[in-house]
Amino acid sequence: MSVTERLVLAVEKPLKEAIWGCRMCGQCILHSTGLSCPMRCPKSLRNGPCGGVRANGNCEVDPDMRCVWVEAWEGSRRLPLWRDHIEHVQKPVDWRMQGSSSWINLLRGKDKMAPKGWEANGQP
Amino acid sequence: MASPSRLASLLRDGRFVVTAELSSSNSADPEATWRRADVLRGSVDAINCTDNTGAHVHMSSLATAHLLVERGLEPIMQLTVRDRNRLALQADLLGAAALGVRNLVLMSGDDVTAGDHPEARRIYDIDSMQLLEVAAAMRDRGTYLSGRKLEQAPSFFIGAVENPFAPPLEFRPLRLQKKVRAGADFIQTQLVFDVPVFKRFMDLVGGLDLQRKVFIIPSIGIPRSARGARFMQQKVPGLHVPESLVNRLERTAPARQAEEGIQIAIELITAVREIPGIAGVHLIGIKWEEGVVQVAERAGLLPRPTLSPVATVGGRG
Repeated sequence: MSVTERLVLAVEKPLKEAIWGCRMCGQCILHSTGLSCPMRCPKSLRNGPCGGVRANGNCEVDPDMRCVWVEAWEGSRRLPLWRDHIEHVQKPVDWRMQGSSSWINLLRGKDKMAPKGWEANGQP
Repeated sequence: MASPSRLASLLRDGRFVVTAELSSSNSADPEATWRRADVLRGSVDAINCTDNTGAHVHMSSLATAHLLVERGLEPIMQLTVRDRNRLALQADLLGAAALGVRNLVLMSGDDVTAGDHPEARRIYDIDSMQLLEVAAAMRDRGTYLSGRKLEQAPSFFIGAVENPFAPPLEFRPLRLQKKVRAGADFIQTQLVFDVPVFKRFMDLVGGLDLQRKVFIIPSIGIPRSARGARFMQQKVPGLHVPESLVNRLERTAPARQAEEGIQIAIELITAVREIPGIAGVHLIGIKWEEGVVQVAERAGLLPRPTLSPVATVGGRG
């Protein structure tokens, strides 16, 4: 890991962990999920809630946690921009990027890279 | 694209279809599967083979589906992203195609903590939406997710699920739209016990013009006892069972509760058939295939249309 990346991570990691409970997937889509980190979902679902969400809006797996997708939906309604991005089909996670800086990956365009056979029909 | 799925042919022909869930098997003897499946023969158009339902281990859906193909019954193979990573999922999809499986239902799956191995590692390498895209890419572009070419593309009729009763309710129709964009040809919903809530969901779906793009098949449960209904209401994730329905069964004498359950299912079918955009019903009688047959008969869903199932068995493309 380069010195630059280490320095960026020293800022990015504590900041995003404190504000969004970020799990450092390295391919941030917070703006598409109403600023609710989908990696907090026990099933790591990046495209919407599972069918198990409880009637009170809490998680099937952790009954004391609010479903991250209930929060994502509500959050997306409050966003001035990117409201419709919650309707985009998100590509599969590249697990190699776990722990790396999504800010650097964004600047380098690395977070946009998808497997060759992936063609997101839902992406306008 | 043309698909040799008989279920697809019926739906595209505008027929009101009937599918049912087969009880999952815990027997190494295929006769156990065939015995249960044979009860459904002639009463349904296709049979769902569940994938470790409720996160409890059972015979694999792939093997079950193939056993049905062997006996000339049309399977719908369910596949969850809970137990397999992207390599295993694609391997099983291709294998299923080679074994004559045409219909898929792809889903996230109940969490491992709901099942009999709660200590297991959950996989969720990709999500159900992405699996729809992967299956559609294998079919339409003839490639794996990696981009590598298949020698022969599979011919799938791709299904997905949606739960109209779980929050966030306003997002559910949009999520269904995402699934259609990702490649879903048909949708089987969570069990419908609350018709007004389902109707509101279908109104929103209609607003997005989705019934023209995807076949929507609500699931109808056949409660066998008041205790079973109470269990579903309190213990099964994502199920919404109104108190009035449980009360109705509790007021019924135990010996008559199964009959009352059948009556409830018939009433639900009659109610959902009146909702525009419904393409069929999916019947679920938990470990009770005989109940499914009775409901199909008494709800006026029999006889099922005859349409040669030959095209769906074996063969390619």
